[in-house]
Formats: sequence, C-alpha cells, structure tokens
Amino acid sequence: MTESIETDVAIIGAGPAGLFAVFELGLLDIKCHLIDILGKPGGQCSELYPEKPIYDIPGFPEVSAQGLVENLIKQIQPFNPVFHMGEMVERVESLGDAEHPKFRVTTDAGTEVTARCVLIAAGGGSFMPKKPPIPGIDAYEGRSVFYAVRKVEQFRGRRVTIVGGGDSALDWVLNLHPVAERITLIHRRDAFRAAPHSVNAMRELVAAGAMDFILGQVSGLKGEGGQLSALTLRKESGESVDIACDDMLPFFGLTMKLGPIADWGLNLHENLIPADTEKFETSTPGIFAIGDIITYPGKLKLILSGFHEGALAAQKIHRYVYPDKRLVFQYTTSSTSLQKKLGVG
Amino acid sequence: MTKITFKDAAGAARTVEAQDGSTVMETAIRNAVPGIEAECGGACACATCHVYVDDAWTEIVGKPSQMEEDMLDFAFEVRPSSRLSCQIKVAPNLDGLVVTTPAKQG
Repeated sequence: MTESIETDVAIIGAGPAGLFAVFELGLLDIKCHLIDILGKPGGQCSELYPEKPIYDIPGFPEVSAQGLVENLIKQIQPFNPVFHMGEMVERVESLGDAEHPKFRVTTDAGTEVTARCVLIAAGGGSFMPKKPPIPGIDAYEGRSVFYAVRKVEQFRGRRVTIVGGGDSALDWVLNLHPVAERITLIHRRDAFRAAPHSVNAMRELVAAGAMDFILGQVSGLKGEGGQLSALTLRKESGESVDIACDDMLPFFGLTMKLGPIADWGLNLHENLIPADTEKFETSTPGIFAIGDIITYPGKLKLILSGFHEGALAAQKIHRYVYPDKRLVFQYTTSSTSLQKKLGVG
Repeated sequence: MTKITFKDAAGAARTVEAQDGSTVMETAIRNAVPGIEAECGGACACATCHVYVDDAWTEIVGKPSQMEEDMLDFAFEVRPSSRLSCQIKVAPNLDGLVVTTPAKQG
C-alpha cells in the first residue's frame, strides 16, 4: 500500500513534544502529519507509565501521564493533525536545497509524506522488541526467530515455540494454534500478565493435550543455516532439556532504540541529535529536532523543555513554509486571529 | 550512611553510600554504577534495573510485589533472587547490602 501525502511538516514521534509542536505550528498556520511506531499517541507517557503521576508540568500540580496526553490531543484538535500510527519512518530523503528544503518521509508501511520540513520528536528512539540475550540468536533472526508476526500462514505446519507471559505471547499462542503443527509456550513462572480469558483459553488447550506449556527460560538455540531445530530450556529445577522446534517467537516487551534515524545523514552525538538552541534545527537545514532525542549544552530531558523547543522550532519552520510572510508574535489571550484558529474567537 | 555494594557479572565490586529513603536504582545511577540502565526512570515500567540480591540479604530485602513480578517477565536470566532495584527502598537495615547486576539488562 502506498499513500502519497503532501503537508507542511512531518513530525516523527507522537509523544508529548511532538503533540505540542502541532499546537505551536498550528498557531502559525502550519499543517502537520505525525508518524509514530506505537499504535497510539503519547510516546513513553502512554507506553511506559500511563497511570503514573507527573508533578513537573507547569500549571498542573499533578497529572497522570495518560491524562497529559489526552489533554494535549484535545489542545491540538483545532489544527486537525493527521496521525499515522504503528508505522516506523525508515527513510528521510531531501528533495530540495538549504534555502527551499523539501523532504520525502517514507514509513515501513509504505506511507510517503512529502513535507517542507521534518520535525524529529522521537524521544528515546523507536520502541522495538527486546532481544533475549541468547548466544547466537542473531543468526536465526528473520529466518526462524521472529519478534512480530507478519503472516500467520508462514507458520502453517511448523512447530512453534512462543516465549513470554504477556498479551502478545498469549494472543499469538491462540492465533497460531489453528495453523501450527504444535505450539509450545515457555514462560518463567506459572502466572501471566496477559488477559485472564486468554490465559484460560491457553490452559484449556493444554488440558486437552492440544499444546504444551513448559515452565523455564530459554538458554540456547540449536540449528543450522539460520534454521532452528531445537532450543535448550533451563527448567526451574535447574535441569536443562532440549525441545524440538522450527520457529521461536520471543515476546519480552519493548525497548527504545535509535533505529533508522542513524541513517538519515544527521550529525549524531552519543545517539542524540545535536540541535542549536535558537531554532532547534539539526545539521540538515529544514530538519528540526526537539525533546529527549536532542542534545545541547544544558539540555534537560523534561517534557516542559520539549514544549519550549517546539515553540522555538515553529518560528524558523514558519520561514521555510511561508518565506514571504512576516511573522508577528502574538498571544493566544489577546490575539483575535489566534483565537479564531483555536475556534474560540 | 547506608552502604551498598554492587557487583557486576564478572565479579568486580563497588561499594557506594546510599541515602535512606532513596532506591537502590537511584543509588546506582547517582554513583554511575555500570549495569543499571533504568530506562523508565524508576516507574516499575521496564526491567532494566534488574539485580540479583545476595543470598544473605534476600530475606531482609523481601519478595517482589505482584507488579514487580509482572515486570520481571521482561528481564532475562531471572532467578529466585531477582529484584528490580527501583523497587528496593534504602533503609538503615540494608547497610552492607550486596547486589549483583546481570550480564545484560532487558
């Protein structure tokens, strides 16, 4: 599926910094598309600690991370941002020059966004599946070790071992069970974080002899040429056993990795993007960066810093998007034109 | 001051002073102890501050809560002595505590 879109700014990352940038850009009549690898907006706030209170958002003595995200989404509603969720930006190509920048942003789902400017608000990077530290696992990845299921049919007739105890692990146990020759679930304890109804469904299959559940942790892999033949399991008792298996699907949650950003030709410093503190522009004119992913002298990884950085970046982005328009600084409290944009005038 | 010793997977030990009321994870970060990542900043929302509590201390330190047990599912090489160090509060009765960091955080 290829979708081609034209907009003013492509924002990479829909965490608090990226969301609030939509507001600051929107006040300047700049339209945005947001792209994020997660399934819903909010970044770390929604993915890592939605219920946790945050105490250092100005004007909010206490707000839950999810509550903050919901408020931000409400706040940017007047500007109708378009969200592309569950997609990872793979490429950022320059189509313009330093004076008239233009970029094509392409995601792993084939979405193409052509934009005047790119604003990277990618926080700690992309949330990617955690790789278990099993010796030699790299050799099997993509061939018989998978961290996500793209096509169910690929597992037809295979002996599939699923590792983990959360919803991803249990959902795939149940979804792959009809096609796989045999499903084995491995988990370190006889308790699961997954939804109780999936756990019950799994236990019924085990009781009926239709699949296996083994307590333990995977310690080694056996196979040849990237094709697994067995995995070594350390049981709770300490004894090790081999289990025949064609494919392994480990589900150990997500971790943040810089990912493809490293390939976009930007200067990087210890996996962070250096940005100037006046415009928050990167080493590539027209590509801006704000929030936890950037570094500059005195940088603090605070949500409020990300807000400030977005407001300043918007000023320079305005010059690229509307080169002939003079920008007059205005307050939302007093400007009738800003209030009209917000739908309150 | 309460003292805590962090051993790495290879056995090298560092003893640091810990503030009562803070957590073992915060103590590690404050003292730049390698092997503790604390990706989520102490929200019990990742498993990158995983430690093994020394055998002599497991009873005093206690067992993980339900939420912490759930989060330990994301850690690797989990053992009965595994804890998330952000969930261990420093108190005078932990003076001399020894924990070992795993070869790899989640």
